[in-house]
Amino acid sequence: MPWRLLRFALNKKHPEPRMFTFHEKLKSSYDVVIIGAGGHGLAAAYYLAKEHGITNVCVLEKGYIGGGNTGRNTTIIRSNYLTPEGVKFYDESVKLWQDLSTDFDLNLFYANRGHFTLAHTDSALRTMRWRAEVNKHYGVNSEVVGPEVVKEAAPMIDLSCAGHAPILGALYHAPGSVARHDAVAWGYGRGADQRGVEIHQQTEVLGIDVQAGKVKGVKTSRGYISTGKVLCAVAGSTPRILKMVDVKTPLYIHPLQAMVSEPIKPWLDPILVSGSLHVYISQSARGELVMGASLDPYELHGTRSTLDFVEGLSTHMLEMFPFLSGVKVMRQWAGMADMTPDFAPIMGKTPVEGFYLDSGWGTWGFKATPVCGKTMAHTLVNDTPHPLITGFSMDRFRNYALTGEKGAASVGH
Amino acid sequence: MKILTCPLNGPRPVSEFFYWGEVRPMPNPSLASDDEWADYVFNRNGAPGVKKEWWCHTPSNTWFIAERDTEKDVVLKTYFYQGEE
Repeated sequence: MPWRLLRFALNKKHPEPRMFTFHEKLKSSYDVVIIGAGGHGLAAAYYLAKEHGITNVCVLEKGYIGGGNTGRNTTIIRSNYLTPEGVKFYDESVKLWQDLSTDFDLNLFYANRGHFTLAHTDSALRTMRWRAEVNKHYGVNSEVVGPEVVKEAAPMIDLSCAGHAPILGALYHAPGSVARHDAVAWGYGRGADQRGVEIHQQTEVLGIDVQAGKVKGVKTSRGYISTGKVLCAVAGSTPRILKMVDVKTPLYIHPLQAMVSEPIKPWLDPILVSGSLHVYISQSARGELVMGASLDPYELHGTRSTLDFVEGLSTHMLEMFPFLSGVKVMRQWAGMADMTPDFAPIMGKTPVEGFYLDSGWGTWGFKATPVCGKTMAHTLVNDTPHPLITGFSMDRFRNYALTGEKGAASVGH
Repeated sequence: MKILTCPLNGPRPVSEFFYWGEVRPMPNPSLASDDEWADYVFNRNGAPGVKKEWWCHTPSNTWFIAERDTEKDVVLKTYFYQGEE
């Protein structure tokens, strides 16, 4: 055993710096309280401190850092969306991603792999062309490719998909990447922590004190905090918080499940998505196949997993890659996805003054982590929505002006 | 939840059923204001709790109501629609 380690083992006061500072008590007031220490909440705290110099900020977390959808997604980063609002927004996010490891001085294992969205029908191919044109117009690298390009990128694929869903082409998005999701929350958390932001884990929000339409404070399981600004970034728990401030939204919660296989030799470089077969797959740096499908078919506020999901997903996976029949599934899990009717998020101000929302991130929130943090920090400081998120305001429903992003949902949710 | 009891066909695997959301009274379209109508069309009670929901047993096309705890995923009872209460 190295001497250094032994010294720590015998010393009760470990002098080695921890990743996050532990705070014994909550202060009685903060300039900003952020609910949810996932990627989005911590990113907002990070940019508040780094770009706006606001450090009297507290991040409250019921569980542990990055334990919600930040640690439950399938880590895909892309910007090949369908609406101009979406493309511009996600493109900014992809640009931020590329510098994050350097920013944090922490290796996020950001790996640029290329991303194929497979088309099995003429109508799917038409949507791909549409997406490619919108993308190119905004300077995002996307193009429609033929089946031979797919075969070259993933030689093990059965292009006929067991004969009943032949691949006609694909939307190829070269910037498509994967990153280690836990490290994203840790990087933002540590960066915020070093700048003076307090992160309080195991601290549940029990109520929000609203007086005359304004936020006055937050009741937590560890006492009352007074504050004038609250950011809610809690994904699947958003409706519970909205109930406390009596704000109505279209958000509804369905679980989204995923699974990984045992580690196998590297054979799949790109990320593949098939909307028709309800499959997305990539191979992690550890060799595990990271796989997901579509949403569970009914509302549920829990994270249970089902055998139906594994059976369904495996069936379709084997249609694409028959050689995987002997590979074992290692584990499966679920996250609670906060869905919206138009598959775009709900971000920005709410009817309650001082209560800001970063929600509706359903099944597409991980890739948006950096840009959400940045735009929400801007929105909190200026009390007006950042120009990139004006298309995502909650007023759009009342005005019947939806931001139809459905064509770009990676799987037909 | 793996098995759901259809009021007509008895207990069946949940994969035979289709979920159609919470039972919500529709405001009169010709009397409702634009805001009321938008509220009905878009807004949902997304918070967990015991909810009355529309379900359909697809092989027999039987529509009915299930009272379900959406946090525990437990169905308390199922019955046919009895009209507005």
